[in-house]
Amino acid sequence: MRSLNFIKTRFFSSPIDAFLTLSISYLIYLTIPPFINWVLIDATFYGETKKDCIDGGACWVFIKIWFTKLLYGLYPSEEIWRINFAFAILIISIVIYKYLNQKLKKYLFLFLVIPFPIFSLVLFSGGVFGLSPVDTREWGGLFLTLVISIFAIIFCFPIGILLAMGRRSNLPVIKYFSIGFIEFWRGVPLITVLFMAGVMFPLLLPSGTNLDKLVRVIIAITLFEAAYMAEVVRGGLQAVGRGQYDASKAIGMGYWKSHIFIILPQALKLVIPGIANTFIALFKDTPLVFVVGLLEILGMVNLAKTNPYWLGMATEGYVFVAFVYWIFCFAMSRYSLSIEKKLKITN
Amino acid sequence: MENIIQLRSVNKWFGEFHVLKDINFSVSEKEKVVICGPSGSGKSTLIRCINRLEEHQKGSIIVDGMTLDENTKNISAIRSEVGMVFQQFNLFPHLSILENCTLAQIWVKKKTKNESEKLAMDYLRKVQIDDQALKFPGQLSGGQQQRAAIARALCMEPKIMLFDEPTSALDPEMIKEVLDVMVDLAKGGMTMCVVTHEMGFAKEVADRVVFMDEGNIVEEKKTSDFFENPENERTKLFLSQIL
Ligand SMILES: Nc1ncnc2c1ncn2[C@@H]1O[C@H](COP(=O)(O)OP(=O)(O)OP(=O)(O)O)[C@@H](O)[C@H]1O
Ligand SMILES: [Mg+2]
Repeated sequence: MRSLNFIKTRFFSSPIDAFLTLSISYLIYLTIPPFINWVLIDATFYGETKKDCIDGGACWVFIKIWFTKLLYGLYPSEEIWRINFAFAILIISIVIYKYLNQKLKKYLFLFLVIPFPIFSLVLFSGGVFGLSPVDTREWGGLFLTLVISIFAIIFCFPIGILLAMGRRSNLPVIKYFSIGFIEFWRGVPLITVLFMAGVMFPLLLPSGTNLDKLVRVIIAITLFEAAYMAEVVRGGLQAVGRGQYDASKAIGMGYWKSHIFIILPQALKLVIPGIANTFIALFKDTPLVFVVGLLEILGMVNLAKTNPYWLGMATEGYVFVAFVYWIFCFAMSRYSLSIEKKLKITN
Repeated sequence: MENIIQLRSVNKWFGEFHVLKDINFSVSEKEKVVICGPSGSGKSTLIRCINRLEEHQKGSIIVDGMTLDENTKNISAIRSEVGMVFQQFNLFPHLSILENCTLAQIWVKKKTKNESEKLAMDYLRKVQIDDQALKFPGQLSGGQQQRAAIARALCMEPKIMLFDEPTSALDPEMIKEVLDVMVDLAKGGMTMCVVTHEMGFAKEVADRVVFMDEGNIVEEKKTSDFFENPENERTKLFLSQIL
């Protein structure tokens, strides 16, 4: 009886409510069961070729056969252990992180932010310590997505903070440089920035000098996202009261110390949702690197679906990529929520 | 006696607005001066100039032999000798009370964590909130927060303490606990400049009272003279309203 009453008050309390409830239910009925049929019930999981897919549902055989390529791109298969090794370290570190004490946490964090990325890059590109070189043109798939976004995130965060501080600086040169930088990068579409970085930029360099295309792309994305990050952080800086600046000056803290220990910890905490938003947007912007010929996971799907033996598999590919992107973005969003909660408890 | 704070013809403008008009003001060592006056008269601005939270545009300010000007070395040297307590406490909300007191010791005075915690606990005991050391500012009452802020300033072992209406944001029942701490500090021989409307406090500890109005010091007298025979009309009016 109570649940009936609950349904009545929540879903049918007025004619409009009843109408909305019924039409949304109908919409769900129209879309969800066929989708589940397609994804699971009628889908084909076993087989080796397109011809094995005869049930009319999704042909997951396509994903299965192309799986390695979707994850690693054209990275030589006998060298894939390098990627697995680096990401294994990363995942293990993240898992054990919360079981460590404060001091070890700090060391692990520093390790992950500075030596580890350098070590990974060396490992991936090879050419030293008897590792055979792997050109960045062969990097691809989810691996490339993660390399681009992790590096861009690591770099764009501090640069964004510096730009935000610069924009509020009393020194005109720094202030107007920051404003100009932020407004420039916010004003141009990422796809043109990438095109410039990939195609135009080499023409401007003196011949003979060469900066790897992937590096140029990461720099371009970093600067682009740093401009957005700067505005997010600036919002936080503005929300920290003038009294905090006064108090930190009064106990003798200079500009940098005040910011590092007093202003930024408060400002960043206030804008965690905005920071997470920027990181998620950055992650989802990575497929655009196709304009310079780099193929991350979506790019690999686009490549695979044009394979003569696998024509017509676009839907499966896109659903799969959407799913992978969703997992990562959802994880980031939950992670930012958990940090927010944790910081609330300490205050 | 030697003047530890010396202001000569100090002028300050906020844009067009002339906040401090040709201020001459000095404080000698161990002296306690109370500054009062109507709202907007420039009291806060005056004491904020002493540790350069505000810049003055004309005149000179000398604190403990150092001239306050563009020279950033002098500014940080002076700030490490001048402690300040604010109306709104301005504790750092993301740090515990103990960390509020040790942060500048560690990063400005380069002391070890142990040393600075020991000193911090000494001062927290002095202001009677050593049992609150590990709490965060938001978990304390207003009076406790203001006492923590006083302890934080004292941890830098300043020669001079500036107070800007330290009890104005407090509920009446908490004013006394903060004033008691300040009276103790005064008896201990600290040089103090206190902006306050607590005339009881002024009578008890001040050597001198300064009355400001519209950016001028209009009356400046020994405490007993100030209360017994004020000369300026505005001072008389102010005292009649407040007493
Ligand atoms: N940053 C600022 N920019 C512009 N004007 C300011 C600024 N700070 C203070 N003022 C103005 O200067 C005048 C003096 O301010 P001040 O805070 O020194 O007064 P006060 O005597 O401390 O008053 P109260 O008793 O209200 O604290 C006021 O009219 C105020 O509006
Ligand atoms: Mg004031």
